[in-house]
Formats: sequence, C-alpha cells, structure tokens
Amino acid sequence: MELNLAEWQIIIVKVAIILGVVPMAALVGGYAEHKVMAHLQHRLGPMYAGGFHGWAQTLADGLKFLYKEDIIPDAADKRVFKLAPVAIFVPVVMIYLVIPIDRTLMIENLDLGLFYLLAIGSVSSIGLIMAGWSSANKYALIGALRSAAQLIAYELPIVLAAAAVAMLAGTLSLNGIVEAQDWPFALWPIGIGQVAFLLFTVGSVAEMTRIPFDMPVAESEIITGPFTEYTGMRYIFAHMFAEMGHMVAFAGIAATLFLGGYKPIVPWEPLEVIPGFVWFFGKLVFMVFLFLWMRPTFPRVREDQLQKFAWKFLIPVGLALILAVGAWVLYAPESIKG
Amino acid sequence: MAIGDPRTEPVDASEIARRAQLDAAESFGESERRFGTEEMILNVGPQHPATHGVFRLLATIDGEKLLDAEPIIGYMHRGYEKLVEQRDYRQITNLVSRMDWLSGINNELPLALALEKLMEIEVPPRATYLRVAMAEMNRILNHLMFMASFGAELGAITPTFYAFREREDIQLALEMATGGRMHFGFFRPGGLKEDVPRGFFDQALKGVRQVIERLPDYEDLLTGNEIFKQRTLNVGVLDKEVAYSYGVSGPIARGSDISFDVRKDEPYLSYEDFDFEVCSAPNGDCFDRFWVLVHEVVESAKIVEQAIEGMPPGPILGKVPRVVQAPKGEVYVRTENPLGELGMYLISNGDRTPYRLKIRTPSYNNVSVLSHVLHGTYVSDMIAILGSFFFVLGDIDR
Repeated sequence: MELNLAEWQIIIVKVAIILGVVPMAALVGGYAEHKVMAHLQHRLGPMYAGGFHGWAQTLADGLKFLYKEDIIPDAADKRVFKLAPVAIFVPVVMIYLVIPIDRTLMIENLDLGLFYLLAIGSVSSIGLIMAGWSSANKYALIGALRSAAQLIAYELPIVLAAAAVAMLAGTLSLNGIVEAQDWPFALWPIGIGQVAFLLFTVGSVAEMTRIPFDMPVAESEIITGPFTEYTGMRYIFAHMFAEMGHMVAFAGIAATLFLGGYKPIVPWEPLEVIPGFVWFFGKLVFMVFLFLWMRPTFPRVREDQLQKFAWKFLIPVGLALILAVGAWVLYAPESIKG
Repeated sequence: MAIGDPRTEPVDASEIARRAQLDAAESFGESERRFGTEEMILNVGPQHPATHGVFRLLATIDGEKLLDAEPIIGYMHRGYEKLVEQRDYRQITNLVSRMDWLSGINNELPLALALEKLMEIEVPPRATYLRVAMAEMNRILNHLMFMASFGAELGAITPTFYAFREREDIQLALEMATGGRMHFGFFRPGGLKEDVPRGFFDQALKGVRQVIERLPDYEDLLTGNEIFKQRTLNVGVLDKEVAYSYGVSGPIARGSDISFDVRKDEPYLSYEDFDFEVCSAPNGDCFDRFWVLVHEVVESAKIVEQAIEGMPPGPILGKVPRVVQAPKGEVYVRTENPLGELGMYLISNGDRTPYRLKIRTPSYNNVSVLSHVLHGTYVSDMIAILGSFFFVLGDIDR
C-alpha cells in the first residue's frame, strides 16, 4: 500500500496519541482515585507533591517505579515472565482505538467497533495467566487461576449487555450506536436500558478486577495475585497502567453505549451548544467516579460467591434481557421507540 | 519402549499382547501423574499482610480449599518471661506493657495487682477508678483497631480510616495522662505513677462519646453490608465445646456463646461497682465474633462514663515501700485483657526480682484453635477467620 506524506503524518499522530493516552489515563485516574477515596474517608490524600493539592503525586509514584530494580525470579520462566506485562498492557491500549470522543473525533471508525471492543478487551486475561504461571509463585498461580475464572464468568454479562445495545441500535459501529440514542439507552427504554446498564457496570468492575470483585489481586489474601513477583516498570505496566487504563476505557465504553456518548444527556436543543467532547468527557468522569466510589464502600466478594453471582444471577438476567430487547425491537410501536 | 527387537528374540503373539497391555497401563499412570491434581503446600506468612506480623500458617490446599492448616509461632519470641527475672518490679511494668502492644495498660494491670496481693498494699479508691477508666479506654482502642483490620482484610478499607479517626481522641486523653501512645508504663504497684492532668476527664468523655456516636457508621459499612454478611455468616464456626477445650477466652469465646468475662465472674479492681453487660453471641462464626467486639466497645464506653462520673477524690498511690520487694510466696492473678483472659503467675523468693513470672496470654490459646477452625474452609475464608481471631503477635510469642 502506497502512503503519501499526509497519511504518514496522520498515522504518526494517531500512534502518539494512543501511546500517550493510557499513561495519561493512569496518572489522572490514579490521582482521582487518591483524592476521591481520601475525601470519602475523611482525610486529605496527597497534598504536597507538586504543590497544589499534590497534583504530581502519581507522577512521582510512577517515576519512583521507573528507578526500581527489575527483578526476575530465578525460578521464573523468564521469557514468558518478561512478555506478560506486554500481553496485559497492549490490549488495554488497543481498546482506545475505537472509542468516539466526538462525532468525527476518534482514532478509527470501525464498522465492527463493538465487536472489536469486546474481543480485544478480553485478550489481557491471557497476559494475566502468563504472568501468574511464569512467576513460579503459588500466590501468583492462585491469582492467575482466579482471574481466568473471573474473566470468563464476567465476560458474558458484558457481552449480553452489549448485545442488547447492538440490538437496540441496530448496528455494531460505535458511532452508529451513539447516533441511535436520542435518549441515552440508560434512560430509555425503561426497564431494558437500566438493566443492561447495570449488567455492564457490574461486569466491567469485575473485568478490571476492582473491589468488590478483586479476588484475583486481593492484596490481603494473595498479595497482588499474578503481579506478586513483578517490580518496577513491569509492575507499573502490568498492574497500575492496565487497571487504570481498563477503568477509563470501560468508563468511555459505558458512556458511549449507555449514556449517549458525545450527544447531550437529554435531546433538548439548547444543550447542543456544548461541544460533543465535553459531553463525552463529562459522562466518562461520571462513570470513573462511579467505579472509584465502589472501592471505599464495599468489602470483597469471595471467589465462589463471585462465580455464583455471575452464573446464577447476572447471566440469566442477561439472557432474559436479550429476550426483552428482542420483543421491544420487534413489537414496540414506532411512536414510543423514540 | 515396548517389544524386543524381532531380529534378536523370537516373539509370540500372546507376549506382544501382554506387553502392549502393560504399556497401556503404564502410560495411563503416566498421564494421570502428569494431568492429575495434587495438593499444594502454601506458606502463609511469616511475612503475609493478613497475619499482622510474623505469624506463619502452613496450609495444605487443594485448589481453593484448605485441607489442613497448622499455625507455626515463635518468630517473634523475645524471651520476656526470662528477661523479667533479671529486672526489678518497676522495670517489669514497662516490659509487660510491650507484650500486647495494642493494650499496654491492660498488660500492666495484672502485674500491679499481683504485687499488691503479694505485698498486701491497699490501693486508694481514686487509683482504682482511674485504673478502670484507663483500662476500658485502652480496650476501646484495641477493639477499634481490630474492627479496622478485620474490615481491611475483607477488602473494606474505609472502616480502617474511620477507626483511626475515632481512636485519636481517646489516644489523646491517654497521652495527656501518661505521655505515651502505645507503651504507657503508668500503673505502679500500689496505684498510679501520678494523678491525671486537668482536662483529662473532658477529653476522655469526648472521646468515648464520639465513638458511640459514630458506631452506626460501622454498621452501615460492615455489619449491615450484604457482602460482609456473606463473607462472615457461618464462616469459621467455633463450637462451644471446642472453645472450652482449647481454653479460648475473650471476645472469641463470647462469640461462641461462652458468657465468660473475668470482669464479671471474678471482679477485680472495682468492676462490681459498674453496670455493664457481658456481650455474647450464639453462633461462633466470624460475624458473631465481630458483633461481640462492636458491642463490647459500647459496654466499655458505659464503664468509662460511669467511672469518670463517680470518680472519688483522694490520693492515687497507696503506702508503698521505697524498694518494691515482694515477700516470699506465690500468687496468680487474672484479668480480662481486651483479647481474653490474661493471667500472671508470680513466684517470689523475697528478692527485688521475681523468681518466675509465668504469663498466660489470651492470643496464645486463641490461635491454637485455628487449625481446628480452618479445616475445610476456602483460602479467602482463611483470611476472614485469621482476621476474626483478633490476635497480636507479641502477645502470642512474648
């Protein structure tokens, strides 16, 4: 394929953006987590680094990790051990490729955007298993098996919720899904949209292994699960960047699929004045806050309870949801479909 | 490898069949060895975040299930029982204060009581009342700490910060009086080191009242939370009989429906003057142990308020000789430590140092029952159970 200069420039800019966005998300998300949790727990959180309300705290933390020794255990399967953080991190970066920030502002507009998201989002579980198995550490192994089981169990509710959205919108293109939402799907249709939204939210909290579904990395039980043996940069990439990157990505996906993406939250003419990316980022921040809010609120669910919750509750609900959406799409009168 | 080379040895059909069968059997065994499951030994500790110190649990696990768990202690043995034989009685106060670092005052108490019994010293009522108030404040501090850590082990981090906020005011009151935050060294044979400063009572009352006011927060975040209930109800059930036979005491025994409290059943100091209840819960699971802990905070706060309101005036030190020298004899004193029954068996030869001081610490007996309770639970339950057994490593190993 011949590419002219302009196309090369566009590609380089896109690559730069996509490589920068996850560390950026991790830094900002990490700082937000520090502050949100601190204020929910009657404390101040970081206040010194960088001067103003400790804004540079996560930056300082990240730099500290850069300088740490990169320790690889003697008993580890060294090649796999080194590769695992890459296998975890790269899929997270690739999620950002398709999320539409504004009507025309996105890296790639894929027709199969939703399918791509779901597919790429679950690749990093391979990296988790690689990390856990190659570390030659029993805690890491337990964590890896837990995360494998959990990612399988909670992938399904997400897929079902996303399928419901795809059926409602009649397209798999993320732009198309946003355009199909006159009212955000989380508000309309009543009953169906909310259930799908909740399913997706719960499933994505489990996907990014945060409390209350953080069994795979439960730090008071199995230290940090698959990442127990990692240090320095590898740890940052495998755990911090991946977790925060996942969180922001899922917030973006939820905003796109359920909250109307770059469109105003209600179809009202004056609200159109606010630019689309502001709407998108507002919704994204709202979702991030929702995710952050859960951590100081809930204890951790036990592994078997977690599986039971997914298989015996979420997935049946998801299947029923698909039925309901099908009925809605086929039989609801055009006048109320909106 | 199977059949011999046909060029060198004659082979008949039945031999071939027999060898093929043997091979099949062998390779089946091989595959089972390669793909079958086996038990895994998991060392939990000595440095594990859920053990609050250097406690080790040798667990045999099959997947997530615990088949066997053996607590191994001794990583923190500091030889206090031997050390005290070389130190005089006033120095010992500061040593025993460090046994269970969360409840220094309650550790100093039985030593002072034992000496007073042996030397027949009369303690003035103001000192007794102050001792009660401070011991109960210390109990609240200890219980809040364990409420915090239990939540943290289950993944609920917010109660930790709440508990430390609540602890601070009481901590401040004790600091005003003793100058210390962990190791107080305030009790002397015969009374206290000195009288409490002005403002102590107000600060103490403020502290305990605040705790009571804010306890509903814990109910929202923990005991009322559905996930917390799932994690703790019917998890790690300790039967009454088992608890008896292992000598389990304190909140853990009371969580197993053993309504035994030295403060009530064998009152020391002036606990008979105070109106309080012994909390006990019927099921013996993690939830009940935690429930007892929360409710004991309320009872302790009641005692502190009563003690401060009825505080008699007068001296705070009885008639104590300049050199504390216990007469020949032996005495056993037991008190209710925040974690259970703390006993001190003091044998004196009439010297300035004890001949022998045997200390019966609550945590030691309480963790010895762990292998019984942990049998057949899950790895995650193990953490919940460890957290609900409220032990302090220094108290186990001394």
